[in-house]
Amino acid sequence: MKYTFPLAAVIALVLIAWIGSKIPGMQYLFGVVIPWLAVATFIIGFCYRVVHWAKSPVPFKIPTTCGQGYSLPWIKHDKLESPATTSQVVARMFLEIFLFRSLWRNTKAEVHEGPKLTYESSKWLWLFGILFHYSFLVIILRHIRLFVDPVPGFINVLEFGDGILQIGAPSIYLTDVTILLGLILLFGRRLINRQVKYISLANDYFPLFLIFGIVVTGILMRFFLRTDIDIVAIKRLAIGLATLQPTIPTNIGSIFYIHLFLVSVLLAYFPFSKLMHLGGVFLSPTRNLANDSRMRRHINPWNPDIKPHSYAGYEDEFREFMVDAGIPVEKELPPKADEE
Amino acid sequence: MAIVKVDKLAKSVFQGPSLMTGSYPTKDWMEVPAVFKPGNFAYPAKKEKVEYMNSQQGLSFPNAREWWPEDDDWKLPENWKEIIINGLKDRLDKFRSLKIFMDCCVRCGACADKCHFFLGTGDPKNMPVLRAELLRSVYRNDFTLAGKLLGKMAGAREMTVGVLKEWFMYAYQCTECRRCSVFCPYGIDQAEITMMMREMLHLVGVGINWILEPASNSNRTGNHMGLQPHTFKDNVDFLVDDVENLTGVRVEPTFNRKGAEILFITPSADVFAEPGLYTAMGYLILFHAIGLDYTWSTYASEGGNFGLFTNNQTMKKLNAKMYAEAKRLGVKYIIGGECGHMWRVLHQYMDTMNGPADFLEVPKSPITSTVFDNAASTKMIHISEFTADLIKNNKLNIDKSRNDHVYATWHDSCNTSRGMGLLEEPRYILDNVVNNWVDMPENAIREKTFCCGSGTGLNTDEIMEIRMRGGLPRANAVKYVHERYGVNTLGCVCAIDRATLTSLMNYWVPEVTVAGLTELVGNSLVLEGEQRQELDEGLRTLV
Repeated sequence: MKYTFPLAAVIALVLIAWIGSKIPGMQYLFGVVIPWLAVATFIIGFCYRVVHWAKSPVPFKIPTTCGQGYSLPWIKHDKLESPATTSQVVARMFLEIFLFRSLWRNTKAEVHEGPKLTYESSKWLWLFGILFHYSFLVIILRHIRLFVDPVPGFINVLEFGDGILQIGAPSIYLTDVTILLGLILLFGRRLINRQVKYISLANDYFPLFLIFGIVVTGILMRFFLRTDIDIVAIKRLAIGLATLQPTIPTNIGSIFYIHLFLVSVLLAYFPFSKLMHLGGVFLSPTRNLANDSRMRRHINPWNPDIKPHSYAGYEDEFREFMVDAGIPVEKELPPKADEE
Repeated sequence: MAIVKVDKLAKSVFQGPSLMTGSYPTKDWMEVPAVFKPGNFAYPAKKEKVEYMNSQQGLSFPNAREWWPEDDDWKLPENWKEIIINGLKDRLDKFRSLKIFMDCCVRCGACADKCHFFLGTGDPKNMPVLRAELLRSVYRNDFTLAGKLLGKMAGAREMTVGVLKEWFMYAYQCTECRRCSVFCPYGIDQAEITMMMREMLHLVGVGINWILEPASNSNRTGNHMGLQPHTFKDNVDFLVDDVENLTGVRVEPTFNRKGAEILFITPSADVFAEPGLYTAMGYLILFHAIGLDYTWSTYASEGGNFGLFTNNQTMKKLNAKMYAEAKRLGVKYIIGGECGHMWRVLHQYMDTMNGPADFLEVPKSPITSTVFDNAASTKMIHISEFTADLIKNNKLNIDKSRNDHVYATWHDSCNTSRGMGLLEEPRYILDNVVNNWVDMPENAIREKTFCCGSGTGLNTDEIMEIRMRGGLPRANAVKYVHERYGVNTLGCVCAIDRATLTSLMNYWVPEVTVAGLTELVGNSLVLEGEQRQELDEGLRTLV
């Protein structure tokens, strides 16, 4: 079972933080040192990876064209799917990054008796992906209120919107529900869809479990284990972390340290994992290049010096045949000796 | 080799236990070795062909030898592993695409059931994601921290002979059609990964003859068929006679003529075998009808580029002939005939590799004065762009009823669709030269079109079953419009298609024949001074 080890790993991480944070003096490690290291690893690792990618050139312009290219003026050019200018590329990238354009296209193939193949539109993966990613984004943005004082207006608006249902006290955030749903559905896919199950690696389950752990501890803190949670103290810690003047309040429960530790692991794990698709999606040469390679010359910095098999060599080999066949040649045949 | 009967294969596709039909493999994919048996591999490149390629300036095809896929011992060079790992490092440094595609896959599975080989074989390693994992697992092992620390747990594995054999099997069960790339949220393109795997296999002398022999022919004789200049001309002259017999008009093509306005280059298969011959007759008739000042070349007599199927150096070397010949002959620009992968090279690679073509002029139709600014830099336009412009400007005398024996559907070639965006031009031409045509279902056309199943040099007879399985999705969509509308002709703009779709149709939908677009144009053209008989099968009519 490829998910048992990642599951065990996440449980172990929870235990480490739970037990560790109860040991006197260790709060500084879990509350300050590890988060700082994690953030540093994330930033440096992320930048390193992007620079590492960027160091390799893009020798050829290889966009995948998904619509009519720029052609004759009366042929309708599909500017979004086959962009010919930079602004069109930006628009294509926007759709890809913010609306998951390619997943929107997804189909499910089936084979029936005959054989007969069918391809039905299947937008589940798109839906699960959107649910998960946008919930995560809103949750991250909501957390900004912990790190800055005063809280920017748009964060308050976002938080108000997220809690608009006004169910329970404190009121439930929509994104808490949708991210859980997204995670369960994405995990469920990996168990149920035969093809996805077969290709899934431990590296695919681990981040799912880890983020699940983060979400669950967050929800527990807000709604269920509130007794040890002094939000003012947490904000003091968070601001201390952000301003590099850490203070460790004494009145924070273990659940918070578990949450923080799992977030730290996620940050540190990020640059070394497939989660780097966050950066990679911007750099993918099949999406971020214009389909204008016959209009503007693209330069390959390592373009090798290779000459074709020369015409002269070709004619030397076949001159006689060419002359016989009446094909023009550069060099006539030498006069034949026996013709005298 | 006798190919399995269609009924049996049909049953096997539907009932055979596979990931496509509902069963689940008992073993993890890393535990399943590649087993070669007659029919599932293309024959290795002949030693002398590899040696010839290796002897050419700028090319490297080392470790030529006799070897056989079914043998345990592939007689790899002693340091083969080092060669592969260094080869991978070298390519990571040269191709950003490779780095990104190695690092970013999240195994979401969107590509899994998009590959025609997976749909036809149900073999898990034909899911694009898993085909890429064959390489990615080695990349993780040698180039990532997680792989080095966690090994198999992180999906890493050591490069072994078994892995190399897997690469050989599955890099040659991919036609670089890019359909997976359309559906991938990060645009990961299996074509790139297959290219890299094939390049690295060549480093240790592992390649197939059906690619290297045509590549060496292209280098030496100018075309992949190995037609020498006089034979090439003879073949075209036969077509000239055929055109005269059919239409009463004598067309007069020229060869290697200096000072012609336009150089015309098409895949050599068009002058060599049916049904490409009819497409070539279409070119001859079309150019005659408009009085085009053009020349064929025997030196650059191949549009297709078998280098694309081996490595980027060979692609560059073979392609370089086009500009070299255009320069030597002093033409203004180049028109390219109908071909898929050829146009991938011309559209996305040529100018970068062998440009700038500053000795040529921006293509301008001498008939309509239209300037093709979409080819302002390469100076090479597609025959369909040229023809569509002629029709739009009313320069062709067309009698559509001459195609009334045709009920057509349209096959978008993989590379002109997903590597160029040539979708509407052919449809506009079809609208104007045939009365009856219909598109296949939407998930099987345009950017979602299915491969013929035999591209990238896989149209060799010894792997016929794999080809028929890989081509099934295409054939199935054709069958649908055949049964529903009575479609009898599959139109295309690709020479490989003309050969391979013909085999595919014979197998799965024998009532449908394959025709190049310009053949259909040629059928419909009314020529000045023609003495045309009743041609109830167009240019195919026997007179």
